[in-house]
Amino acid sequence: MIEIKNISKSFKDKQVLFDISGTFEKGRTNLIIGASGTGKSVLLKCLVGLLEPDVGSVLFDNRNFTNANKNLTTQIRREIGMLFQGSALFDSKNVEENIKFPLDILTNTPENEKIEKVNHCLELVGLEKINDKMPSELSGGMKKRVGIARAIVNDSKYLFCDEPNSGLDPLTAIKIDDLILELTQKLNTTTIVVTHDMNSVVEIGEYIMFLHEGKKLWEGNNKKILKTKVKELNDFVFSNKLMKKIK
Amino acid sequence: MISLLERREKFRTYVSLTINECIKIGYDSLFIVSIVSIFMGAVTTIQTAFNLVGPLIPDYVISLVVRDMTLLELSPTIIAIVFAGKVGSNIAGELGTMRITEQIDALEVMGVNSSSYLVLPKIIASLLMFPILVIISATLAISGGYMAGVLTDVITGQEYIYGLRYEFNPFNIPFALVKSYVFAFIVASISSFQGYYTSGGALEVGKSSTNAVTNSCIFILIADYILAQVLL
Repeated sequence: MIEIKNISKSFKDKQVLFDISGTFEKGRTNLIIGASGTGKSVLLKCLVGLLEPDVGSVLFDNRNFTNANKNLTTQIRREIGMLFQGSALFDSKNVEENIKFPLDILTNTPENEKIEKVNHCLELVGLEKINDKMPSELSGGMKKRVGIARAIVNDSKYLFCDEPNSGLDPLTAIKIDDLILELTQKLNTTTIVVTHDMNSVVEIGEYIMFLHEGKKLWEGNNKKILKTKVKELNDFVFSNKLMKKIK
Repeated sequence: MISLLERREKFRTYVSLTINECIKIGYDSLFIVSIVSIFMGAVTTIQTAFNLVGPLIPDYVISLVVRDMTLLELSPTIIAIVFAGKVGSNIAGELGTMRITEQIDALEVMGVNSSSYLVLPKIIASLLMFPILVIISATLAISGGYMAGVLTDVITGQEYIYGLRYEFNPFNIPFALVKSYVFAFIVASISSFQGYYTSGGALEVGKSSTNAVTNSCIFILIADYILAQVLL
């Protein structure tokens, strides 16, 4: 479980996040949604420690990550798996080396076990026999899958996904959503997905936090979101003609 | 710089990374360093001969000048400038691209000290390989001078060898090596800094590479002057 308490963050004179609190439960997919520029990615970066909040704290299973000493920071970070918006695969390494990387760096696992784990993770994300391919040879969807495989290879307790569907066709996007949901349930991870994709909201939003202009305006799940009376959320959810027709 | 030494990874990780960097920084620079050095020596020989022609000055002075210029200035400094252009821009470009494509963030999220993991092997590899490149460069420059001198008949082979040995000051070699260590550190650290702190997009990666080369060259020349003043 991840808790955030009264997170605020500003850059120079511009405040980006205002007093955000919430709880992201284990074993379910937690979504942070909102329009572009509302502070979703900044919140995610505060969660994983890439940015330090000005005020507030982040707790990973009751361990305070914000004021943690270096050892605890490293320990928590080693329990985190993250899928970046652009996948962030290492260009100089092939698929197998990319996925194996956290094991090489963080563990003393024997080489044959590492390869077994890599192949198992590739199987979980629906990719096989692409171990020798370089990231430049993969499609956008394949890169995302490899990114997910790398995020879960070290038995991560916490899985973060930053815009997992950006740049993907609708069919591949749904496959990635399903994969995130399936892995969350199978591996019992605390999963947080930052997205503005309404398909994801409807498909996998077991808990949804809606941000608007840096403030948390609403929280609920994919069943409640379609019946919301919050104007800003309504504008966001029913922004396209199809959704308006469905409404 | 302090962060390079904090939260280090396993020793063997650095060994393999440093070996890879040595190949990229040292072996891959061998071609350009060889070409520049041979022609540098050849041109120095021809130009020295052109300027020193006269009955009162013996021909062996040509190779004496080539030797001292090569050891004291040309091989350490000119090759450092070439090194900044080739290796410095490569380091800044590589780290800058890793930064803007979130690869550095990915390392940090995994709990890896990205500056130590990425930068330390580059600095160590530069410190290991650049002095070797300077030694190779000096050898090739003096050989290039020999070939140019003998082929164009400005000096005989015997006189060239005699000039190389004449009043040789052995301190010139450690002086050249000290310079090479200082220059290698300047190029690797400035270029790494420029690349590591890139923000923005492709345009900024280009700017970082340019800044890496420009700043490295300026600091090399400043360090060159200070070292000459202090050590000679």
